[in-house]
Amino acid sequence: MKHTLSVTVENEPGVLSRVAGLFSGRGFNIESLNVGPTLEPGVSRMTITTEGDEQIIEQIVKQLRKLVTVIKVRDLTELKAVSREMVLVKVNAEEGKRAEILRITDIFRCKVVDVSLDEMTIECTGDAGKLEAIIDLLTRFGIKELARTGATALKRAKQ
Amino acid sequence: MQLTGAQVLLKCLEKEAVKTVFGFPGGAVIDIYDELPNFSIEHILVRHEQGAIHAADGYARATGEVGVCLVTSGPGATNAVTGIATAYMDSIPVVIFTGQVPTPLIGNDAFQEVDIVGITRPCTKHNYLVKDVRDLARVVKQAFYLARSGRPGPVLVDLPKDVLQATCTFEYPRNVRMRSYNPNMRPHAGQTRKVARLLQEAERPLIYSGGGVLSARAHRELTWLARRLSIPVTSTLMGLGAFPGDDELWLGMLGMHGTYAANMAVNNCDLLLAIGARFDDRVTGKVNTFAPKATIVHVDIDPTSIQKNVAVHVPLVADCKSALSALKEELEPGLDVPAWQEKHETWVKQVRSWAEEHPLTYAPSENGRIKPQFVVEKIYEITKGEAIIATEVGQNQMWAAQFYRFRTPNSFLSSGGLGTMGYGFPAAMGAQKAFPEKLVINIAGDGSIQMCIQEMATVVCNNLPVKIVILNNGYLGMVRQWQELFYKKNYCQTCMDAQPDFVRLAEAYGAEGYRITETKDVEPVLREAFASDKPAIVDVRVEKEENVYPMVPAGASLTEMLLV
Repeated sequence: MKHTLSVTVENEPGVLSRVAGLFSGRGFNIESLNVGPTLEPGVSRMTITTEGDEQIIEQIVKQLRKLVTVIKVRDLTELKAVSREMVLVKVNAEEGKRAEILRITDIFRCKVVDVSLDEMTIECTGDAGKLEAIIDLLTRFGIKELARTGATALKRAKQ
Repeated sequence: MQLTGAQVLLKCLEKEAVKTVFGFPGGAVIDIYDELPNFSIEHILVRHEQGAIHAADGYARATGEVGVCLVTSGPGATNAVTGIATAYMDSIPVVIFTGQVPTPLIGNDAFQEVDIVGITRPCTKHNYLVKDVRDLARVVKQAFYLARSGRPGPVLVDLPKDVLQATCTFEYPRNVRMRSYNPNMRPHAGQTRKVARLLQEAERPLIYSGGGVLSARAHRELTWLARRLSIPVTSTLMGLGAFPGDDELWLGMLGMHGTYAANMAVNNCDLLLAIGARFDDRVTGKVNTFAPKATIVHVDIDPTSIQKNVAVHVPLVADCKSALSALKEELEPGLDVPAWQEKHETWVKQVRSWAEEHPLTYAPSENGRIKPQFVVEKIYEITKGEAIIATEVGQNQMWAAQFYRFRTPNSFLSSGGLGTMGYGFPAAMGAQKAFPEKLVINIAGDGSIQMCIQEMATVVCNNLPVKIVILNNGYLGMVRQWQELFYKKNYCQTCMDAQPDFVRLAEAYGAEGYRITETKDVEPVLREAFASDKPAIVDVRVEKEENVYPMVPAGASLTEMLLV
């Protein structure tokens, strides 16, 4: 099963390599990983999506906690959380195809961020399912390039 | 007052009460060596950096204190890596200082530059590159704290030359505060009660103890629990010495080369109390047939050890000493020792009968050649079990573990997890430095001893009278044993009969050399060598194709033992 882990770490040189090395050294998978600063100076948040059975995920969480530079690890999969990912898709958009591409963009509430005579770059944000769906729809126009950020996620507020 | 980085470092070592550093100088660390004579720290100059790190490790295992090693950048640092990994696998507290090229040159492929922090990331508990001299004291304080606290391990500090030359005011931090590192030492009260209840309910309990008991110095608590509750004890290689090897309840080591009694007990117990052990594959054999009838309790300070290899029923995350003390508190009030004895009488009898059925033994020699096991037995007899024994890796290590009955903690130095040939001799050297008055013996093989033999020069010039007993069979014996048993006797590249004359080699270094070729000479010659105040090599020509038994083939169940 796929899990999303939210990991806060000391923002110091080598911390990414410690985390990535842990995954490769112990044979765990990283599906996506992204890092960015948090509000607290010196602390970064990594959002890691990974896959494995319960025992493997338990090991991953514990091994991450064992790293001296890791402050907190939270498995968001079991918790109520919001998860978002962004994709930039550069798609063929010759005369005659643009209207339809724009319609899809509209339906998915995406943005066109770059356009030329025969290409468009579309920015889309959402959960993984939504991104899969729009990529799927755009495929038939011919996707030239694509860049995904990997998921970033936060636990929902208590209600 | 302004101090240089080199001075700050040495001040820190004094503050940490470091007495001995094992090291080897080089360009990047000359500044430290330049200051060394001005400080109270003794430096043992080794002949190879691997010797330095193993010696620091042996010093740490024998004393329970942090061992310290100092090497230069590049090859100095990479030569230490095997020893760092050795300490990491066995959770030994060591702090390694490596020189580094000046910070402006880092990343330029400078002379003797290597990214040692990158290289050792997976085999240290933590490591640091110090880029500013003002961080140095804090980093050293943290390094020692990390090395010895929680689950101990090696910590490396990389020191660029310009940082060692830069100056700052010195202030050694009193405390360490790290928001991201808080090892859980105290056991959960509810879980502790649960374990106590399980002990009360169990009919056939077994203690399986490991190196964690020794690093937590919990041998007294362990012995209390076993004796008062009348519970048989087995242990891993790393745990030898925590429970007296001459006790009625002692079953010997378990696992691949464990005793028949220990493995049968694991297979038949209804409660397995694992304390500071990690269910290594050499211990469990086939995992899904391990302790099939038992409720498994696992006490360990490292949460990652729990549920890693074997599914356990009751985990208890804590330092072994706190956990065992908490159990004692739980069980002691109104403890009825005879009642416990009675409750476990049948089980203890059963276990003893297994031990009598198949004790650790060996076939008498048919051709007059010396049996290696006999040599270890004699070493035990002569030293009355009071020596510090280091081993290399392979058959020599297993025979030492089987036939020397370790009675006291920190008396057995052996590379368990990594299985590093060449470990024993420099480790013995480190232990001898810590305990100049004690008899320190390295039980070696003729293959392993050649991996760090250069330290003969170090022991001779530092008056460290380590005794090396080579069980010389002219083979890489353990690999040969596997070839014999599982590879149709294809002894490919394991015959090493082209070897130096170890007696003359010892003498060339200025040590004493002895050779034993006949069984009757074993005892008198060993006695003579042990009585001398000089380092010595005793070359014992033993049976060439002797095997270590019992043996559980890799991946088989513990009950599938090959016996003598």
